[in-house]
Amino acid sequence: MPAVSKGDGMRGLAVFISDIRNCKSKEAEIKRINKELANIRSKFKGDKALDGYSKKKYVCKLLFIFLLGHDIDFGHMEAVNLLSSNKYTEKQIGYLFISVLVNSNSELIRLINNAIKNDLASRNPTFMCLALHCIANVGSREMGEAFAADIPRILVAGDSMDSVKQSAALCLLRLYKASPDLVPMGEWTARVVHLLNDQHMGVVTAAVSLITCLCKKNPDDFKTCISLAVSRLSRIVSSASTDLQDYTYYFVPAPWLSVKLLRLLQCYPPPEDAAVKGRLVECLETVLNKAQEPPKSKKVQHSNAKNAILFETISLIIHYDSEPNLLVRACNQLGQFLQHRETNLRYLALESMCTLASSEFSHEAVKTHIDTVINALKTERDVSVRQRAADLLYAMCDRSNAKQIVSEMLRYLETADYAIREEIVLKVAILAEKYAVDYSWYVDTILNLIRIAGDYVSEEVWYRVLQIVTNRDDVQGYAAKTVFEALQAPACHENMVKVGGYILGEFGNLIAGDPRSSPPVQFSLLHSKFHLCSVATRALLLSTYIKFINLFPETKATIQGVLRAGSQLRNADVELQQRAVEYLTLSSVASTDVLATVLEEMPPFPERESSILAKLKRKKGPGAGSALDDGRRDPSSNDVNGGVEPTPSTVSTPSPSADLLGLRAAPPPAAPPATSGAGNLLVDVFSDGPAAQPSLGPTPEEAFLSELEPPAPESPMALLADPAPAADPGPEDIGPPIPEADELLNKFVCKNNGVLFENQLLQIGVKSEFRQNLGRMYLFYGNKTSVQFQNFSPTVVHPGDLQTQLAVQTKRVAAQVDGGAQVQQVLNIECLRDFLTPPLLSVRFRYGGAPQSLTLKLPVTINKFFQPTEMAAQDFFQRWKQLSLPQQEAQKIFKANHPMDAEVTKAKLLGFGSALLDNVDPNPENFVGAGIIQTKALQVGCLLRLEPNAQAQMYRLTLRTSKEPVSRHLCELLAQQF
Amino acid sequence: MQFMLLFSRQGKLRLQKWYVPLSDKEKKKITRELVQTVLARKPKMCSFLEWRDLKIVYKRYASLYFCCAIEDQDNELITLEIIHRYVELLDKYFGSVCELDIIFNFEKAYFILDEFLLGGEVQETSKKNVLKAIEQADLLQEKTENMYHSKSFIGCKRAY
Repeated sequence: MPAVSKGDGMRGLAVFISDIRNCKSKEAEIKRINKELANIRSKFKGDKALDGYSKKKYVCKLLFIFLLGHDIDFGHMEAVNLLSSNKYTEKQIGYLFISVLVNSNSELIRLINNAIKNDLASRNPTFMCLALHCIANVGSREMGEAFAADIPRILVAGDSMDSVKQSAALCLLRLYKASPDLVPMGEWTARVVHLLNDQHMGVVTAAVSLITCLCKKNPDDFKTCISLAVSRLSRIVSSASTDLQDYTYYFVPAPWLSVKLLRLLQCYPPPEDAAVKGRLVECLETVLNKAQEPPKSKKVQHSNAKNAILFETISLIIHYDSEPNLLVRACNQLGQFLQHRETNLRYLALESMCTLASSEFSHEAVKTHIDTVINALKTERDVSVRQRAADLLYAMCDRSNAKQIVSEMLRYLETADYAIREEIVLKVAILAEKYAVDYSWYVDTILNLIRIAGDYVSEEVWYRVLQIVTNRDDVQGYAAKTVFEALQAPACHENMVKVGGYILGEFGNLIAGDPRSSPPVQFSLLHSKFHLCSVATRALLLSTYIKFINLFPETKATIQGVLRAGSQLRNADVELQQRAVEYLTLSSVASTDVLATVLEEMPPFPERESSILAKLKRKKGPGAGSALDDGRRDPSSNDVNGGVEPTPSTVSTPSPSADLLGLRAAPPPAAPPATSGAGNLLVDVFSDGPAAQPSLGPTPEEAFLSELEPPAPESPMALLADPAPAADPGPEDIGPPIPEADELLNKFVCKNNGVLFENQLLQIGVKSEFRQNLGRMYLFYGNKTSVQFQNFSPTVVHPGDLQTQLAVQTKRVAAQVDGGAQVQQVLNIECLRDFLTPPLLSVRFRYGGAPQSLTLKLPVTINKFFQPTEMAAQDFFQRWKQLSLPQQEAQKIFKANHPMDAEVTKAKLLGFGSALLDNVDPNPENFVGAGIIQTKALQVGCLLRLEPNAQAQMYRLTLRTSKEPVSRHLCELLAQQF
Repeated sequence: MQFMLLFSRQGKLRLQKWYVPLSDKEKKKITRELVQTVLARKPKMCSFLEWRDLKIVYKRYASLYFCCAIEDQDNELITLEIIHRYVELLDKYFGSVCELDIIFNFEKAYFILDEFLLGGEVQETSKKNVLKAIEQADLLQEKTENMYHSKSFIGCKRAY
């Protein structure tokens, strides 16, 4: 039993709580709760009318059970009954229940609102306050509609009690925040402002919050509050520590009200009226002066309250940013706090100084604390404080201290917490670029970043270093030399290989004179990393190699040997294979002149906002990059570092290849070859059709290659413009799909590219893209023999109803495929409505006189037309509930066929096409996704949930869609994947 | 202020007050995440931390953690003193308040909080005024309790 039970003694409640506390296990607790719920239910349902006390007690028990974390689905009606009781305690419990367990049941809301209305009209201040508290606690739109018009009247009525005014002000604030449109502005607003003059400090305290919120939305209408706020603040600040009686808190007069008034003033620029301004500046000075006085108490509450006002004062000074004297005083005050023994104060001082650093008046003053801040970065034991120190270093950085700050941050990076490494990397990269005086320092810094924290160096960072090096010819030689040295480390990060590969491919010639970095040495250094790298990096290195052939003719034979190797030419990855084939052909058919033109150095990049800065802003929200955005505090920072501007020597020559070949009117917006990621290459080259991804422009050599490439049959543009209908032979003409067809199809449910089929004769590769209800697929037929295929004819067949569900247009390909050659076929696909079976691909040809035929399932499944949909948890669950008919749901429980790896699962789900929704499922192990299947006739919304059970090595997969066959089909398709 | 949570060192939630509309699921998730984060912190660490796009201000009193989530522009130190003032109010009302008082009289803890903070803003900072409001309610209550259930009334430990 409790030591204390004040006021009421709901004995039954106390006994129940004791019972729960005595439960030894969760099961026992649930059992006890269920028993109680059954008891309460029977009491509520029983014939005997319950008296108010019992009702109150049971409702209170239900509330307790709910707050323990259990669901409550009854008792609302009884709680509503309590609202209309004329006994205060019953009413109070009723209101508490409603506030905590608000239910948007419309019938109930009407009853609740009715009870509230009665209480508001009761003229009993205690009842009125209860009703206002309830509205403020619930704050729903329904309540806003019912009461938003009445509350202003209560707030400014002359006969309202102070306590009612206080509640009314904050109640109105809550409604205004939730639905501003419901609160009518009018005559009351002027009177609200005058509450700042109210005699009752509590009324002022409550009213300021409301006024601040109103000012933010309509600053002009509330301007009169400035002078009122200043005079109120001035009276408080200058009062003796005991003047305000119970509003003095540990010898600090009205700290909460002071902070709120200072916040209110931050809605406006400095007062225009000189007298008001003078009075305010006096206040601010008084606060700064008081900070230097000895404390009136040793209690932490005293210093916290006093410093709360001080920090808010400093915020206002920074907000005005017009009083140099105050800004510098503020900075000095914060400087003292930087070494305070209270961690809290050090944290806040670092945080506050960060904003001071961006003021031109105090930037220099902030800089004097650099050593203290660096020391904090090194020695603070609390990571959140170290984070603040890193932020401040970033904010105080300018040309004079950049080298010191960058090197300290690099050093910190080696031991930094994983959670903040990426952010530090971005910051270092930005500072290094922004304040680079000589670019060799910049290159060193970025390479150091990659060395120290390669995993956290995002693409933006290494793209940027390439852009800068490409645009500045004074650093190219140094960059080549440095990456060459960096690559000699036995284990170097893949990002280093990427940067190294790109830079040597462009500027390797600048260091080739040195026998230690002669062309063959450069090549073998790069190639020694090749096999350990990912596909994207290897693709980039292949581009480097072809560039080497142009830069260093002596490496041609070696490189051609590499390209010709089976591991490249027949690589399972289409991208690598294609690059190898194209580069090999290019190097053998093109004359030296053509080669030199095609493989010329990349033209300078057009200037744009640093993508790194953009990324940091995204990470931290607007304002994060402010230290760099405003150049005003650093007048010396002119365009030299505003970004990389093309230097005269490089700006003049757009790559001549464009004009020479007449492919494009203007040089493409160039990006490093690697940025046109493997998947986009073909699409970029071939088309701008509806299914094509808008992507970075292809580099000149790629565009060029597409025209040179021998197997490309006809202009693909013509193909798009005039798609020939598929010449379908009747289904009876083709054989049944090969036995493995389903298995092969399953491999492509979650991916779009790869090898669909391979035997001794033929390899079929697939590359496809889908957008909304359209798709384009490239099929590559490779003749693996040395003998020509004849009468080669691949066709697409629609079995059954599929014709009406899916339209596939194909173009006939050349009837002969030479030994070792590859032909390509483009398919345009349109999904007309939902479908279950994939189309068939029938391939027939004669090999050495013998007819060959083969039927496969074309990897086009309904999920390809998924459009991912992001939504908040709330929306997700709402939709989930809407799709609750049994036939809308399909569920499968199945054993894992592959190791259960969360990352792999995620990749598969994304490949499947749905959006992955984070923070929706309460269990972080589970996956939740959403998307819309786009067909010409209709759209099908799909929600999915995958629950792995690592212990049992099982999954449970649930699909809900608006169409029954789709749920089942998607469920079957996806279940095969894990 | 967006919400306030009270929980024990064992991670048991003792009081929750939400000033922004959130679903029950979200509330549970936030609670779980924050309780874990705060309990993992060492005693000498600072009382503030960044969490999602909010600032968390917390303080431990004996076995209970008081934890508030405030917005970017809000003042951390004054929030720390909001917590302290609330603890003082509880202490004055219950007389040397302990965790058990809050467990057994949870409804009172909510009533006191409503008098002090409303809609996430400080409504009344005067200890006297807050307790006066609660006392009045108690007086009304005692009258009715005595009328209807005089035996179940256990009595005040301390008179005001």
